[in-house]
Amino acid sequence: MHLAYPAVLAVLLFCTGLYGVLARRNAILVLMSVELMLNAVNLNLVAFDVWLRDTLHAGQALTLFTIAIAAAEIGIGLAIVLLVHRNRGSSDIDRLRDLAEPPGGPGTRPGSGTGLGAGPGQDAEEAPQQTTSARQSEAAA
Amino acid sequence: MTLAATTHGFLSPTGVEIAFLLVGLVTLGAALVTVTTKQLVHAALWLVVALGGLAVEYLLLTAEFIAWVQVLIYVGSVVVLLLFGLMLTRAPIGRSPDADSGNRPAALAVAVAAAAALVWVVVDAFRATWIDLGGPAQGSTEVTGAFLFRHWVLPFEALSVLLLAALVGAIVLSRKRGADDGAGQGAPQAKERR
Repeated sequence: MHLAYPAVLAVLLFCTGLYGVLARRNAILVLMSVELMLNAVNLNLVAFDVWLRDTLHAGQALTLFTIAIAAAEIGIGLAIVLLVHRNRGSSDIDRLRDLAEPPGGPGTRPGSGTGLGAGPGQDAEEAPQQTTSARQSEAAA
Repeated sequence: MTLAATTHGFLSPTGVEIAFLLVGLVTLGAALVTVTTKQLVHAALWLVVALGGLAVEYLLLTAEFIAWVQVLIYVGSVVVLLLFGLMLTRAPIGRSPDADSGNRPAALAVAVAAAAALVWVVVDAFRATWIDLGGPAQGSTEVTGAFLFRHWVLPFEALSVLLLAALVGAIVLSRKRGADDGAGQGAPQAKERR
């Protein structure tokens, strides 16, 4: 058998999984796409192991280890997804934006001073305004 | 191996290659449906087809033990776990129009560009490489047991520790915490709840 057949199939499966990881919104669908990517890597490992006729059979051993690690990964991943769903009522990964930067850039983040050379008096004057504006923006969000 | 292009052409495929190609098309189609369908449960069921097709590909590559492990672990347990996850997160039955997020065109562009580049490189690199599938099977259970427990014992045992850690981590993550999280009260509460 030509090595190109399993290699090309593995590449196409990997890119299918890549599309799924980037385009899906539900976290469990993202996990399914990750499984597709892992399986593509496994197919590559097996094909190259059979081609090279390694005495240690490193490719097949690594495939078995990858399958076991993927099983562990899916267990932990689903536990995290269930925890997020229980705490927030939704497992859509593009709505989990707690760590996202504010849209105006890092300068508008409350508490982060923009002017490094500003005197202490100026800071003390601006501080109440900053906190009120921060509260308003949080309430609006 | 450099003579493979002259002795084995792409236009005169062997029977194994034809079988591999057909099963590969089914696998790829199932994978594409998995990442594009709007019905969440159908995605999990198409994933079964894709993973089962990969098990057949392993069989065609004479890696029998890995094929059965694939059926056992992936089709048997991972997909069941995914279905349980879909049920526990109250996935809607039927079409859900918001299964894809807003960056779908960008994802499509990235995936197509990566596929084009990788297919070009892989075909250019391994165009003349021939896998000799004859001789004794390289992935039978006997061979697998021999190399796994003769050369790979230490990683195997380390992997069991990793599985134990993953088990404990999953239990800790999915356990409901009580209102008062006092030390020593967590375990009896969890026991009562079950």
